[in-house]
Amino acid sequence: MKRVGLYVAALGFMAFAGFPFYWMFITAFKQNRDLYVGAFDTHHVPWIFNDPPTFEHVRLLFGQTDFLRWVANTLLVIVAVVIITVVLAVPAGYSLARLAGRWGGRLGMGIFFTYLIPPTLLFIPFSRVVALLGLQNSLGALILVYPTITVPFCTWLVMGFVRSVPWDIEEQAMIDGYSRLAVILRIAPRLILPGILTVVVFTFTLVMQEFVYALTFISSVDRMTVSLGVPIALVRGDVYHWGSLMAAALFTSIPLAILYNLFIDRFIQGFTMGAVKG
Amino acid sequence: MKFADREDLLGAAMLGPALAYVILLVGVPFVLAIMLSFSSATAGSLTLTWAGFRNYSTILADPIFLRSLRNTAIVTIGSQVLVIVLATAAAQVFRAAFHGKRAARFVLLLPWAVPVSLAAIAWTWIFDSTFSVINWTLKVTGLLHGWLYWLGEPGLALFAIIIVQAWRIFPFATVIVLAGLSSIPQDVVEASIVDGAGFWRRLFKVELPLLLPVIAVAVLFGVVYTATDLGVVYILTGGGPANTTHVLPTLAFQRGVLGADLGQGAAIAVFLVPFLIVVAVLMLRVARRAEIGAGGGAR
Repeated sequence: MKRVGLYVAALGFMAFAGFPFYWMFITAFKQNRDLYVGAFDTHHVPWIFNDPPTFEHVRLLFGQTDFLRWVANTLLVIVAVVIITVVLAVPAGYSLARLAGRWGGRLGMGIFFTYLIPPTLLFIPFSRVVALLGLQNSLGALILVYPTITVPFCTWLVMGFVRSVPWDIEEQAMIDGYSRLAVILRIAPRLILPGILTVVVFTFTLVMQEFVYALTFISSVDRMTVSLGVPIALVRGDVYHWGSLMAAALFTSIPLAILYNLFIDRFIQGFTMGAVKG
Repeated sequence: MKFADREDLLGAAMLGPALAYVILLVGVPFVLAIMLSFSSATAGSLTLTWAGFRNYSTILADPIFLRSLRNTAIVTIGSQVLVIVLATAAAQVFRAAFHGKRAARFVLLLPWAVPVSLAAIAWTWIFDSTFSVINWTLKVTGLLHGWLYWLGEPGLALFAIIIVQAWRIFPFATVIVLAGLSSIPQDVVEASIVDGAGFWRRLFKVELPLLLPVIAVAVLFGVVYTATDLGVVYILTGGGPANTTHVLPTLAFQRGVLGADLGQGAAIAVFLVPFLIVVAVLMLRVARRAEIGAGGGAR
């Protein structure tokens, strides 16, 4: 009896969390005459395929919209922001954990708090900075600004990760005659590789999800990212192409969801900041 | 001592670039945001003309602004109350072992992984005035006799916004609460079972008090994510109908970016700062407590 309750509750949560994705799926593959039937028609069940599924919307999405262009733009921004984030955050996190001494923790906390300053507070001053630099309507603006979201959190993540790696191996290397710098350059990267990978994945997901700065800085359809172009530009005149729209949302969500499932525990360690003791 | 062995110099060299970036691109713009809110700057020109408190007096006399301030509070509090209830309940389910748990967890995490803007557009379609599957289902089950214009009526639209915000944040909160549950000392729980405490008593008297810091962290992030979010409201209602569902970020965007009145936009966004300060202070307290707890445990 208790087991039944457990499964019912689990299914309930899955239904609430997953329902919009089921709706994306069924919308993406329904024929228009099956899709656009008013909800007041109680004899037409919208939850199922009443007509055979179709790839028409997917074909439209890949063939006649800028979707692939947006994917390419997004990937370009991701690569640039990942490089900037790794170069800035990984050494900083290591430094805070191993070199900064007593002040490391506090400074790390200070950097982490800047993660709480939201894009919706900074987008107005940034619109001016971006104009001054002549970066309006260019992916360069996004590459410049996105690390403001990733660097603080990733520095904090790396700091936590380095602290969890035992000091022995680095210490032994120094006893063996390595300089401190040689340890940092040759020994440490291998030890903190999983932490670096987490930074890469976290940056990837944040860039995929970002909407505010893209909306503020990018106005040409061909320079949009996926998260901006799909909801803003996948509209012909006043007509929403719901089939193609939902296909785009679905195809973008699935890879992100897989990444989240693989890295969830690492992200959570960053968020709980010591409120959870391992 | 050589540079290669000077920990202080190496530490500064490795921290410097990140620190400089954060100061230049978060610290300076933050100060600039506050300065802009006291200026009559527009998007066209690059001058900063001091305007005193004019932007603030303008928006404080503006019913649309006051409504957006209220909406921000309603949406944030409403969604976070839902998040606490859903996340605590979901964590109780997902701590148990059951068949298909991996698949269930995958589905549970979907709302957190999907980009906000894409989730919002999917919900826009779900709440569509003609094709809403929710209306169809309510009608067929006999719960609805008239018609619900989800995004066309202010009260319903705010309710829809709260549902979407709770939906997108509760998976994150659930995972955090789960992490907290796994760190509760087992002997405490076992002792309560031996003492004859049932499920509810154990939940409310033993586990929830121990989980409080973790739930606090989840809620604090939730508050930041909801109060400062632009995407959900922007896509779902665009602040409409008739500017009744604006929140601070969407109104700041409308006035500051679309309307090119940077000063007023900045002043509106600055009202987010009190939310953030409260969150930051509470987080510091939680972190300090955890530090003391961890330090005490280690010795």
